[in-house]
Amino acid sequence: MRSGALQGGGLRIYAMLYLLFLYAPIILLPLFAFNSGTIIAFPLKGFTTDWFAQMWENATLRRALMNSLTIAVSSAIFATCLGVFAARASTRFTFPGKGPIMGFIMLPMVLPEIIVSMSLLVVLLGAGVELSILTVILGHTLICMPYAIAILSTAFASLDPSLEEAAYDLGETKWGAFRLITLPLVMPGIISALLISFTISLDEFIIAFFLAGNEPTLPTYIFSQLRFPALVPMIMALGTVLVALSIVLLALGEYFRRRSLARTGSSDTGGFL
Amino acid sequence: MAKGPRSEAVQGATLIAPPFLYALLVLAAPLLTIFAYSFLTDGYLEVIREFSLDNYRQVLSDPIVRSVMLRSLWVSMTVTLVTVVLAFPVAYYVSFVVRPERKALWLFLITIPFWTSYLIRVFLWKVILGYNGVINSTLTSLGIIDEPLTFILYNVNSIVLTLAHAYAPFAILPIFVALEKIDRSLLEAGRDLGESRFMTFWRVTLPLAMPGVIAATLIVFIPTIGDYVTPTVIGGGKIPMIANMIQVQMLDLDNRPLGSALAVTAMIIVAIVSGIFLFLNRRFLKVRQ
Repeated sequence: MRSGALQGGGLRIYAMLYLLFLYAPIILLPLFAFNSGTIIAFPLKGFTTDWFAQMWENATLRRALMNSLTIAVSSAIFATCLGVFAARASTRFTFPGKGPIMGFIMLPMVLPEIIVSMSLLVVLLGAGVELSILTVILGHTLICMPYAIAILSTAFASLDPSLEEAAYDLGETKWGAFRLITLPLVMPGIISALLISFTISLDEFIIAFFLAGNEPTLPTYIFSQLRFPALVPMIMALGTVLVALSIVLLALGEYFRRRSLARTGSSDTGGFL
Repeated sequence: MAKGPRSEAVQGATLIAPPFLYALLVLAAPLLTIFAYSFLTDGYLEVIREFSLDNYRQVLSDPIVRSVMLRSLWVSMTVTLVTVVLAFPVAYYVSFVVRPERKALWLFLITIPFWTSYLIRVFLWKVILGYNGVINSTLTSLGIIDEPLTFILYNVNSIVLTLAHAYAPFAILPIFVALEKIDRSLLEAGRDLGESRFMTFWRVTLPLAMPGVIAATLIVFIPTIGDYVTPTVIGGGKIPMIANMIQVQMLDLDNRPLGSALAVTAMIIVAIVSGIFLFLNRRFLKVRQ
């Protein structure tokens, strides 16, 4: 097996280089967020936290943050609630048209967001609906739903149906069995779906850009500032915070996903998606 | 349960109703609306409700539209090819070489960049490649070049690079899943029957991994052709792709019928290209069953 080990070695180096390529731009974020030079270039000048302070004092940014949080929390809750229905239906029941219906619900995962946002915008304007963060929540719920369903389906699929049947036999009502047996068992999956939906909504740009009217969200605020070179270091600081937040939320999501697998007694089949 | 299949169907249908209705309302209705709009005529400040194929005639005959469509196709096909070819060895490594208990960690590391803000990542490439970007400023300050290199920003190649970076994790995951499903004893059988390592890979592993490769190709191709952010930020608005054109027609020029016709045409082109691709690979797709 010497040649096998050799092949593994070559592949290992390639995989490491690939990871480096994936992370290279992200590594720049903290480097320049704490760099005192106003121009984004090597060699680095000195250490500073001015950009974070500048970010903290920015009123528009604070408003954008509040909007983004409102949108992300609402979309995550709506998408996960709808996702629970779909995941339960697709893993537990067979019904006519199941394949096409599920395929249609999962469609936003592959449909270009520009098509989703433009068509939604045309309808909303046509119906005379005023654009606000509510219309963004409408769009974000739609695009977060497939991801929530994908995670929740794993949680529901690994559930042993005999547990529920035992509850029925012991005299529980349908709702009682769901609340007392199913819900606690899939709870880690639900938390994971909430976190992933929250992360997606927080980072989403296109729908927020076209459907928010005059309300800024974090990504659209960043986009509007990209034209001004003087503000780039502050955007780097903001990016550092956002990326750190995403990683923390993802690590939490992964933790709960694994707990959900451990709780239902199945083996790990890999990460998200 | 004691209840018949009929009640099973009713329960399932009742459960699926809320998400399905939501998708109908927020996705199907808007898509049908732009489909209907694409056959109407644009009037001043309003849309004239009169059936016509003029928008499609204009879309198909306009040389600018054609060049933008071709550029979008070219960019997304290049990105897809680069992404899938570069991703395959990584997926192979994680599936065949990495120890089982460390696979989850590798997948987690690969997916993290995908979940961080897309806009920030695109912006970072602009910061790296730009006129006063990391590469140019560093090379200038080190005295290697006198004038900033302009060929690395505002062109199609930098768009391809940015998109290939952004969609990398998308390509790895489906290939990895397909590789994981391969029965390892088949590979041993191939080796025992005297095939070389390479021929075993070529005749056993690769055909069995094809469903994953096909899924990866479509998952990268479809969203990249409709990408809006990268051409805007990296291309500096000078190299529009189809998404930018749809947006300009819909909002800036307020010609919704033409914008709708562009969107519908783009979706049809994507569907046709995907269909041809699936047709060419029908032999491999049968492997799955």
